[in-house]
Amino acid sequence: MQHSIGSHPFTTPPIGAARTEKNAFQVFRIATYCILLAATLIFGIIFSKGAQTIFVREFPFVNVAFLTQSPETLHVFEHEGQPHELGDREFRAYMEKRGNPSVKEESYVYSAGGIFPCIVGTFFLVVGSMTIALVVGISAAVFLNEYSRGGPVVELLRLAILNLAGVPSIVFGLFGFGLFVLFAPVFAAAPEAGHVSLPLGFCYLNFTGWGVSLLSGWFTLAFMVLPVVITASEESLKAVPKGFRDGSLALGATQWEAIRTNVLPYALPGILTSSILGIARVAGETAPIMFTAAYVVRDRLPWQVDKAVDVLFQGVMALPYHIYVVSSKIPQNEYTERVQFGTAFVFLAVVLSIALSSVILRNRMRARYRW
Amino acid sequence: MIEVEGVDFYYGKSKALHNISLKIPAKQVTAFIGPSGCGKSTLLRCFNRMNDLIDGARIGAGELRIQGVNIYDPQVDVIALRRQVGMVFQKSNPFPKSIYQNVSYGLELQGIADKKRLDAAVEKSLRGAALWDEVKDRLHSSALGLSGGQQQRLCIARAIAVEPSVILMDEPCSALDPIATSKVEELIQELKKDYTIVIVTHSMQQAGRCSDLTAFFYIGKLIEVDATQKIFTQPANQQTEDYITGRFG
Repeated sequence: MQHSIGSHPFTTPPIGAARTEKNAFQVFRIATYCILLAATLIFGIIFSKGAQTIFVREFPFVNVAFLTQSPETLHVFEHEGQPHELGDREFRAYMEKRGNPSVKEESYVYSAGGIFPCIVGTFFLVVGSMTIALVVGISAAVFLNEYSRGGPVVELLRLAILNLAGVPSIVFGLFGFGLFVLFAPVFAAAPEAGHVSLPLGFCYLNFTGWGVSLLSGWFTLAFMVLPVVITASEESLKAVPKGFRDGSLALGATQWEAIRTNVLPYALPGILTSSILGIARVAGETAPIMFTAAYVVRDRLPWQVDKAVDVLFQGVMALPYHIYVVSSKIPQNEYTERVQFGTAFVFLAVVLSIALSSVILRNRMRARYRW
Repeated sequence: MIEVEGVDFYYGKSKALHNISLKIPAKQVTAFIGPSGCGKSTLLRCFNRMNDLIDGARIGAGELRIQGVNIYDPQVDVIALRRQVGMVFQKSNPFPKSIYQNVSYGLELQGIADKKRLDAAVEKSLRGAALWDEVKDRLHSSALGLSGGQQQRLCIARAIAVEPSVILMDEPCSALDPIATSKVEELIQELKKDYTIVIVTHSMQQAGRCSDLTAFFYIGKLIEVDATQKIFTQPANQQTEDYITGRFG
């Protein structure tokens, strides 16, 4: 019996629920495109405006000076009918060569030179804090997942980790300031008056704090990113089948041997993936490093120290903090805008490259420890 | 070889084993049979103390002796015990390493690093598990590329590499096809010349084919234990006969 296609039950036009579904899909699609639009706008503006500072027309096509010099003051002046824009060193050289003529010049802070110390500083901060976060985070995840037996203490631990994730970054900055900058222990030969001092026999442990330093920044940033690392590590450890552990234990392994040889290597790719998220956060946060590690300007690079151990106890310049300083602490004009966007461009590039190396490392590990 | 005397076993508050007493002879195959949940796997896992890993699992009463030593004595080193009492699991769990690394894993745990020694031990174990001819050309390829039967024989090779005295097998053939099963059963007959074997099985035909001694468990109690021939032809207990003839279970 033939039905005409128009009246067939399978071809009835959409009614009610079906139409609502269509509309809902349109809303979802528009929302997704809005996200795409926002991302495109942000990255697009930064890349296009930053490219004006970073890329130049001649070989090597990259503004090497911007990437390898320290920030300098920009002097804008007119001399012999020609407008000049010169950084500090060039300006002084120019003046000396011409016997210091008096010129009407305007100077703009931080608008010449480059941001090399900031790049180096951010790099040091990221590497150090991610190392601490991974070591502490993976250890905590191994304890929680493999060794702990449940119970109220462990529940309290998990609650604490969850709460840590919700703490605002400025509060982390204050916490780091109060604990690491002002109160952290330092080995010394003699006790310090006015501070807590622990005699240790051969020396003293003075709680005088580390000051504004890489160490303070590392620990503050590490604590900030710890919840993400712990959660992701636990998930990765849970994903490793129980049979691996049972098989190892049945062959006479201790629990740690079983974890070290037969569980952790296979959980590492997942853990490194989570670290990518952590890297972006650690590199970009300004509030935690404002009081603990970052200087507005510093004339020495991190490796220009008198003693090797001083590397840890010095502050650094950092990219996000530099953006903040150039954008809000000094008057705005076209010259500072160049620096702002250039710094933002470099900042995105640095985070991207660190994340990329993490991805490459993860892929290598995945290929080696496939299961 | 293994003596179980009046053992009660608890998972938390529930009693899984009631007053089990039996003797498992050396260099023979003993089969544990019984319906699901009767406690045979529980008892098997007591022999190498794998139950210690489960929260709340403990022995309530009685003693478990292997080679005369009470294995739940606090002075006993669990690691050394597990080297003497090996285990093959129901679902074969080869590690995602190479075939060679799977077999040498147990030896490397003991600190043996000498390559010649490891090579010799790996070959001996793979021959002992009737797997050498099939894998000798691809020792360094991934163990996950083997078939199900080969994987289970690899797990057996892995277990015998550490030279235990007892091998516990928890339903080793339940995930295998009949041909792989018969290969493993042949292997068990070979292995019993050197090792004491305790096998838990759901298949009565397997128990009848493979074992010298059979123990029948039901809801945590040991109903009957006797020579395989006798249990399957003239069981003393009515419940045993009902189970064997398939009236329940």
